[in-house]
Amino acid sequence: MKTRKMNSNTVLLLITIALFFVLYGGGCIAYSGKGFTHLQTFLNILITNAGLICVACGLTVVMLTAGIDISVGSLVAMDCMMLAVGMEKGIGAVPMCILIIVTGVVFGLVQGFLIGYLNIQPFIVTMAGMFFGRGMTAVICSKQVAITEAMNSTFYSWANAKIVLPFGGYMNNKGKYMAPFLRVEVVIALIVLLLTFLMLRYTKFGRALYAIGGSESSAVMMGLNVKRTKMMAYVLSSVLTSIGGICFCLNTMSGSVQQALGFEMDAISSAVIGGTLLTGGVGNVIGTFFGVLINGTISSIVKTNGKLASSWPNILTAALLFLFIVIQSIFAAVRAKKK
Amino acid sequence: MDQDVVLTARGITMTFPGVKALSNVDFTLRKGEIHALMGENGAGKSTLIKCLTGINDYEAGEMHIAGIEGPVKNHSTRDAQNVGISTVYQEVNLCPNLSVAENLFIGREPMTKFGTIDRKSYNKRSQKIMDDLGISVDVTQNLENYSLAIQQMVAIARAVDMDCKVLILDEPTSSLDEEEVEKLFKVMRMLKEKGVGIIFVTHFLEQVYAVCDKITVLRNGNFVGEFTVEELPRVKLVAAMMGKDLDDLAEIKGESVDYSKSEMEISAKGLAHVGTVKPFDLDIHKGEVIGVGGLLGSGRSELARSIYGADRANTGTLKVKDKEVKISQPIDAMNLGMGMLPDDRKAEGIIGDLTVRENIILALQAKNGMFKRLPKAKQDEIADRYIDLLSIKTASKETLIKQLSGGNQQKCILARWLATNPDFLILDEPTRGIDVGTKTEIQKLILKLAGEGKTVMFISSEIAEMVRTCNRMVIMRDGEKVNELDGDLTEERVMKAIAGGEE
Repeated sequence: MKTRKMNSNTVLLLITIALFFVLYGGGCIAYSGKGFTHLQTFLNILITNAGLICVACGLTVVMLTAGIDISVGSLVAMDCMMLAVGMEKGIGAVPMCILIIVTGVVFGLVQGFLIGYLNIQPFIVTMAGMFFGRGMTAVICSKQVAITEAMNSTFYSWANAKIVLPFGGYMNNKGKYMAPFLRVEVVIALIVLLLTFLMLRYTKFGRALYAIGGSESSAVMMGLNVKRTKMMAYVLSSVLTSIGGICFCLNTMSGSVQQALGFEMDAISSAVIGGTLLTGGVGNVIGTFFGVLINGTISSIVKTNGKLASSWPNILTAALLFLFIVIQSIFAAVRAKKK
Repeated sequence: MDQDVVLTARGITMTFPGVKALSNVDFTLRKGEIHALMGENGAGKSTLIKCLTGINDYEAGEMHIAGIEGPVKNHSTRDAQNVGISTVYQEVNLCPNLSVAENLFIGREPMTKFGTIDRKSYNKRSQKIMDDLGISVDVTQNLENYSLAIQQMVAIARAVDMDCKVLILDEPTSSLDEEEVEKLFKVMRMLKEKGVGIIFVTHFLEQVYAVCDKITVLRNGNFVGEFTVEELPRVKLVAAMMGKDLDDLAEIKGESVDYSKSEMEISAKGLAHVGTVKPFDLDIHKGEVIGVGGLLGSGRSELARSIYGADRANTGTLKVKDKEVKISQPIDAMNLGMGMLPDDRKAEGIIGDLTVRENIILALQAKNGMFKRLPKAKQDEIADRYIDLLSIKTASKETLIKQLSGGNQQKCILARWLATNPDFLILDEPTRGIDVGTKTEIQKLILKLAGEGKTVMFISSEIAEMVRTCNRMVIMRDGEKVNELDGDLTEERVMKAIAGGEE
């Protein structure tokens, strides 16, 4: 077989992964005394960011078509509020989750139709979606609603289920064995990640997304159904956001207007750090996953340090984004020169 | 319908705002026939093709396709593909970020039994398709890693592999060099043997006679006639396209003049841009038309770009009018009285959403500084002058430039540079993709400019037109200036110099 030249996009992905290990390794060395080396620290990053993983997968899908979806943060808030209020009213956990997904489909269909068929700028459409979601959250209930065991024991038990891993535990200072555990939402998020990965790589729909991002006019000329594919990308984004909303709610167990503020920006920055280009056609969810992990690791390091102000993660993320954009443009320049 | 006919279009009529693009046009394509569709810019060739492929929605007329009952009306490229019409355009319509194999198969990928796309099988089939066409590529590599010519071939391979009955080639040769054109012709003949009907649009007359069987001529949106190649020799064809007899293919250059005594306009010593042009020396005198010849990718454009500062020269010195200058970006060159018409008009030239007037005054405005707006009356005057001078076909000077045909867009960009009144004008493929009549007009214009004391650098793939217009030629090969020809230029001499070996 011919040796395959390494694609510059693969190199970008490798840089992202390497950066994660450097950051995480640095954290382990600096804070080994504070328990950063425990497997649970890593698992906690996954638990806290399970919702973000789902949402960022959805964003990667729309960003591949050179689109954007900034409605995801307020959709998550709306989902959490719907779950909290629904359960307060005594509706079951399963019907509520189905309702949330259906809401996501409808939300995505409206946005996708406007973007795909009426050719309106995705930024504008999803900005309207963002205002609608946040506003609707307050309309449903303007107070903070916590989900308690008394309200819905099923949902409560999902949220508190521990999936204990048979390895990687440690003895705490009282000599008790602490087994590492995962939560349900992590399993959901990882399934979403895997399915999105396979979808992007091995289905017609997935490849059409790349084609549209590469050159939309060419995609039309090649006979792809660009309008429908674009609409479906936004439907998928909203559905994955809804699943992410459920994961988020399992973690926070409450609904509030102020929830998930700026969540869309976290998701976009994760995707960008993971090598997804805003101009479309380049990127995949593995990169996005590591982007989320990098953001999570930064927060975790700052939290473990304990002395740093809580705004430091923002500054570090800014620095990283900057770094990645510079690396990407250098790669692009090198590629252009080779031609 | 006749047994052999695969496609008929009758009475196709289509109007754009303000312009009747097609009126009552007929077209007939038979099995295993290569049929040239000819006409000047704006004659309606592209419009007709877009009607056939479902991009334009024609108002009247009907289309029939062999094997399908009743009239066919396509509403999208997809519809057209479904009835067996595939199209390859001048601009490559593929996705650079996908692999060659994906570009061949996207939208019709073979599936595995799990309902996923079968990468292995389409990679293998793609490799075979490309090998059969005699094009050596690694199909798993991204398309953007290959040259424009290869990309064009991939586009053709895609169309061919779709089992089309009708293959439309819309100026596929304008960015190919001679060898690649030959390869394309081979493929076309192969398809003809298989019974595919091919509609071939080109501006190169010799190509029509090299491969085509029939010619349909359009003029100003009207159907002029359908002819066999034998009954329509070259001069008659041109006359049919232009609607008049012409002196155009005759010699247009006057007496050759010795310019070596006239003052120096540009003098480059050891100028180079790493990776594209090796160090070269070049003296250009005032009033000269200097041609730059060579194969596609030989560094023709890059030589010009390094003078103009579009690619900043890494080494060497440049003198303009005997003064040593430092040009690090195009605006420096503009301020020194240079102008450059780039070869890629889609990417570097036109700004589609601005009007013809705005496109024309753009460079002049940039030269004056963005804060000193040209008065509207002045803008109008300039726009009108050049629309008239270059006979740009446009509904008005306030029409968006993207609504103009390719050749007219090209003229607008030429007008843009003429408006800055440059002393040294670089024209990179100014006649690509435009018809013979306009080509001749542009060639005449170049000579006229030189006569007025301007200096022109003329880059073209067509040796014949350079021989007709230039008084001296520089030959490039692999990024290196290998020869300089003056005196009596002939196609043969230039060709030999490009090919290398003894002159």
